[in-house]
Parts: sequence; structure tokens; C-alpha cells
Amino acid sequence: MKALAVLLALAAQLAFAEEPVRLDSAPIDPRDVASLQSGARSFVNYCLNCHSAGMMRYHKLLDLGLTEQQIKENLLFTTDKIGDLMNVAMTRKDAKEWLGTAPPDLSVVARARGPDWLYTYMRSFYRDPESATGWNNMVFERVAMPHVLWTLSGQQAQEERKFKNIEQAEAIGRQQKNAWKIDVLTPDQAGKDGERFILKTIRTETAGSLSQIDYDIMVRDLVNFMTWMSEPNQITRKQVGYVVMLVLLVLLVLTYLLYKEFWKDVH
Amino acid sequence: MAAAEKQAVTGAGPFNGLLTWIDQRFPLMETWRSHLSEYYAPKNFNFWYYFGSLALFVLVIQIVTGIFLTMNYKPDAAQAFASVEYIMREVPWGWWIRYMHSTGASFFFICVYLHMFRAMLYGSYRGPRELLWIFGMLIFLCLMAEAFFGYLLPWGQMSYWGAQVIVNLFDAIPVIGPDLAIWIRGDFVVSDATLNRFFAYHVIAVPLALLALVVAHLLALHEVGSSNPDGVEIKNVKDPKTGRPLDGIPFHPYYTVKDTFGVVVFLIVFSMVVFFAPDAGGYFLEHNNFIPADPLKTPAHIAPVWYFTPYYSILRATTDEFVLWVLVPGVVAFALLLIGSMKKSAARIAVGVIAIALLAGLLSLDAKVWGVVLMGTSVMIFFFLPWLDRSPVRSIRYKGPITKTALTLFVIVFFVLGYLGTESVSEGRTLAAQVGTAVYFLFFFLMPWYSKMDKCLPEPERVTSR
Repeated sequence: MKALAVLLALAAQLAFAEEPVRLDSAPIDPRDVASLQSGARSFVNYCLNCHSAGMMRYHKLLDLGLTEQQIKENLLFTTDKIGDLMNVAMTRKDAKEWLGTAPPDLSVVARARGPDWLYTYMRSFYRDPESATGWNNMVFERVAMPHVLWTLSGQQAQEERKFKNIEQAEAIGRQQKNAWKIDVLTPDQAGKDGERFILKTIRTETAGSLSQIDYDIMVRDLVNFMTWMSEPNQITRKQVGYVVMLVLLVLLVLTYLLYKEFWKDVH
Repeated sequence: MAAAEKQAVTGAGPFNGLLTWIDQRFPLMETWRSHLSEYYAPKNFNFWYYFGSLALFVLVIQIVTGIFLTMNYKPDAAQAFASVEYIMREVPWGWWIRYMHSTGASFFFICVYLHMFRAMLYGSYRGPRELLWIFGMLIFLCLMAEAFFGYLLPWGQMSYWGAQVIVNLFDAIPVIGPDLAIWIRGDFVVSDATLNRFFAYHVIAVPLALLALVVAHLLALHEVGSSNPDGVEIKNVKDPKTGRPLDGIPFHPYYTVKDTFGVVVFLIVFSMVVFFAPDAGGYFLEHNNFIPADPLKTPAHIAPVWYFTPYYSILRATTDEFVLWVLVPGVVAFALLLIGSMKKSAARIAVGVIAIALLAGLLSLDAKVWGVVLMGTSVMIFFFLPWLDRSPVRSIRYKGPITKTALTLFVIVFFVLGYLGTESVSEGRTLAAQVGTAVYFLFFFLMPWYSKMDKCLPEPERVTSR
């Protein structure tokens, strides 16, 4: 009984601690093969060193219009067999020792977090001298993962601006190209000037090797790939769906006529 | 010999010989006639009457897809999550089978809820159909158990923590609770042992009970005959020559063709979800369940799948304040109402004693215990509907304004509680759930009075066609 009470109380408490970050909508398209291929390259180069995608086979990348040769030459670093799963050499035990926590498997992460979350998350790192890695994230407070792509995106810092009313803060927030959120203080915390609404945004301090637009495109492609990878059969699923619907509509007409024919004499 | 006395089967063309051979050794034609071709069903079934056959259809979908899933699923804490993804990615058409099964679970509940609502609308549970209703309720309980056991199998975070929370409910039972919870889990926490036994329950134990109950439900139905939207007995008006009900039509072919059409409409809606929105926005497949189970990380927000959320809301609504300010006065008021309407003094004393025992329990035991009791009661109370409803008429068509209002309120409250159960708790939401819980129970507890005093219209002699 105590366990239940604790569970329920915990669930309630954590729910209150949630701070809403406005997620950007990820402009992804699972039919854009060029984008998926580019995302696959980024994924293999940057993510697949620490994160596995252990339910995904390299073989499945053939569906993205890549040839076996292309996959072998450009994407196969962790194994030499195209039929293998996308695993990493690091064991979970080592990972825990080196990084504090084992990086989660990314096979279906897009289905758990959603593409918008991933898209915003990868564009929301900022420098934080207080954290162990030197990085923090607007979407995932105190995340253990450092900003792996920082050479591309440059280095960002968090900025805080105080406002007296929420509308003003939101108006400025909406103009941001990156994630933003508003923390609300109680009147006591705000002090005399009454500025209760703290708009938190991030600003690029040193530029990376990519422009912000190119970096966003790169993240878009990466998230597009990860969303595809979370359900590689999604395109087939919809295609089969159209055929099934067509067959069912024909059946609908036939069974309706049959029903009416049989029921003609029921009054 | 009895076999020789049976007439030869006719009308089956080239199969006459074979069917005659079988019929002489098995009650084939007798069964066919009594359950299909000469089972007379009222001719005025409307939209609501599709959901019985549809529920049966979903049961078949679940069993068939379930067999194929079992061929590739691994009931092992280390492999379960990955084996589901293996089905989704590498088993040919595995994704289709899996989505049919996961969508089927939700559609099973949709069909059963609408089927039950139909019974509440038209008084289908009223005598002589009480046992039919009880079998139906037992099917509903089995379905809940089946869904609960099955939901652990993908071994995601929601599977794991959902099971943890529900099994911990048994912990609340005084005295035997803690041991009972360990016995159910097979361990001190939900673990591989739990997964294994839940798999066994899900694929064999509960389905067996479910199938047996479905047979009993159908046999009971065919014994008493189907009710209808007017709530009048078609058996009362029979053709004097043939002895067949004048308002009845043979189930086959009339309702077999009609239900076939219903199945196609159902499949269209079902396929829309399966092919175009299999997670139904996180309601049929929860987002958090795509994170593998982690016994060390409690998710911030644990919510059961939508079909359990009304009861989950009732559980969460039962706080200390709710017990003190609603349940305690509620028990006192209800006891007084009962004592006031009873004539035998022995019965009055019994009610008084039970009420005092309840009050003592309410004031001494933890509110969480009462949350579990209320949650259980909110499901079990449906069993008593045949005896709670004391209206002179069966169908909502002839019932009065009080019953109509009460049923409407109940439906609204059921949806509101269902919605609140999917959300995290806040002060406002808890208050809403508490009001909802009160209305939910008032609907049942006051039914004997309001259904009796309501101004009803006279029932017609025969069924009406509208």
C-alpha cells in the first residue's frame, strides 16, 4: 500500500515540476529520400558512436535507395556485415562508468519523444559552466549528453529577459528561431519591480562551421531519418492501407446491396 | 437407432450426402436451425445492435493475430521489447498483424462499451435476461484482465509501471494484501517472473475463460431470445398457425447479411486506424511505451490505456477529504434512505449495522484502500443493474425524463472521468473527478427510486419500426 501511495504522490509531484518548452515543429518528410540519406549519414557519423539503434539493420537502409556497395563503403563502421544490427562497441556498463548513464538506444526514440521534441532538442544546447559536460539543454534540463555537434552549430549561451506581463514575453519568444520558455515567479519572488515572467532563450556566441540555416537543415534530415527508422515500414503501411480501403469500399457497396436485397420483404 | 430416424438433409446440392452422414452422428441441422435459420430475432434492431456481433468479430481478430504474434514474441524481460520491434520490422507483414492486435484491443473495448450502453438504453438486462447480462459482465471482466495482462507484454515503460501500479492495488487489501501482491507478481517487483506468468494468462488462461463465457452468453441469449429497442417481448405475439413470433425474423439470412454489412463498415473504421494512425495520437499505443521498461526510472506521468481511465480517475479521486466529506455523509444518507423505505425491522437493523461498520472502516482505514474499493465497485456495480432498475418499462423510448437525464449525465461523467484519467493530477482536475465519481455512483445507487417514480409512457403491444 505504501508503494502505491509513494508512486501516486511521485507521479503528482513530477507532473507539477514540468516546464513547458515551446517545441518547434519539425519540417520532416519521410518520402524525401535525399533528406533521409543525408540523415542516415549524420546518424552513423555522430550518433552511432555512443547510441545504438539495436533494432535496426543496416540492410534496411536499402529501402532509402542506397545500394549495398554504398552502404558498405560509407556507413558501415561498427561491423562489416550489412545484415547486422546497428550496435555500438561500448557496453552499457562502460557507458555508465564513463558518461554517468548509458545512452539510450535510438531505434524507436522518435516514437517515444516525437519528431518535434528531437528537432528542438538538437537545436537547444547551450553552454553551462555548472554542468559536468559544460553543456545544458533547454528541452532536457541537466541532460547527460554533451553537445556532440557543437563544431557544426557553434556555441550558444542562455539569455534571460524579465517582463512584467506574459503577452510581451511570449511575443518576443515567438520571434526566436530556437527553443524558448517562460518561467513564472510568484509575486514575492519577483520583488518590487513586479517583473514576474522570465523569458529564456539561447543566442549563438561563437559561430560553428555551418550557418544556422544549414545546421537546421542537417538536424531536420537527422530527425527525418530517426523518425523513418522508428518505423521503417510506415510508407508501405500507408500504401497497403489505400489498397485495403479501396477493397473495403467495394465490399461496402456489395454487402449493402445484399443486405437491402434480403430485407426487401421485411416490413 | 436414432440416426436412421433423422430425415436426409436437402437443399445443399452435392453436399446433401455428406451433411446427412454428419447429421446422423452429430446434431448439425438441429444446431443450425435452433441458433441460426430458425432463431427468431426481432425485426427492429437498430444501429446499437451491431456491436454484439462486432465484438465477436474483434475477438476472432484478436485470437488469429494473437496466434501469429505468439510465434515471434519472446516472453523474456531481456528480449520482449526487442522481439516486438522484430515483429514490426522483420517478420513479413508483422507490423500489420501487430497493429491489428493493438488496435483490436481498443476496438474490443469500444464495441463492448457500446454493446453495454445498448443494454442500458433498452433495458436488455431486465428479467428474464439477468443471467445473460451476468455472463456479459463476466466477459467484460475477463476482457479487462486480458487487456491488462497483454499490456505488460511489449515491456515498455507504461507496460511496466502500469502493471506495477495495478498490482500494488492488491497490496491495499487489509491483512492478505502484501502477500497477495507478491503472489501475483511472483517477485517483489514486476520482473521477468511477472512477464512470464502474465504471458501465460494472456495467451491461454483468460482466452479460454473468455471463449467459454462467450458460448454461455450466446446460449443464454438464444434461450431467452433477443430484446429490442422497444423492450417488448416478441414471443408474446405469435402466428397461431406456425407458432413463430410475428415480429421475429430468422437470424439467418436476415441478420447474417445485415451484420456482414456492419462488419465491413467496422473494418473501414478499424483499417483507418491500423494503416493511417496506429498509435491513435498516443491513446491506443502510448508514446512512453516505446521506451523499454526500466525498473529504476519511474515515468513522470503514469496513465493506463484509455479504456481503464474512468476507473483510474475514481481511484485517484478518493482522497482523505473525499472520504470525509462525501463518502461518510453518503453512507449515512443512503442508510437512512434504505431504512426509510424498508418495512421489515430485521432488514432495517441489518442496514444499520452494515452502515456503522462501513463508517468505522471509512474513518479508520487509509483513503487509498477506499479508492481501491470504489474502483472495484465502479466496475462490479454493473452486475446489479437488473435489480437496481425498477422501471415498469424496459426501453428508454418509454422511460420518463428522470431516467433520461440520469443516463445522459452518466454518459457525460463516464467520458469526463475517462479524460481526466489520461491527464496528470491537478487540484481542479481532482475536484472534477470527485464530482464525477459522486455522480457516477448516484446514478446506480439512486436507480431503484428514480426508475420507479419516473413517469413512463405505456409500452406498445408489438415492436415499432423506427
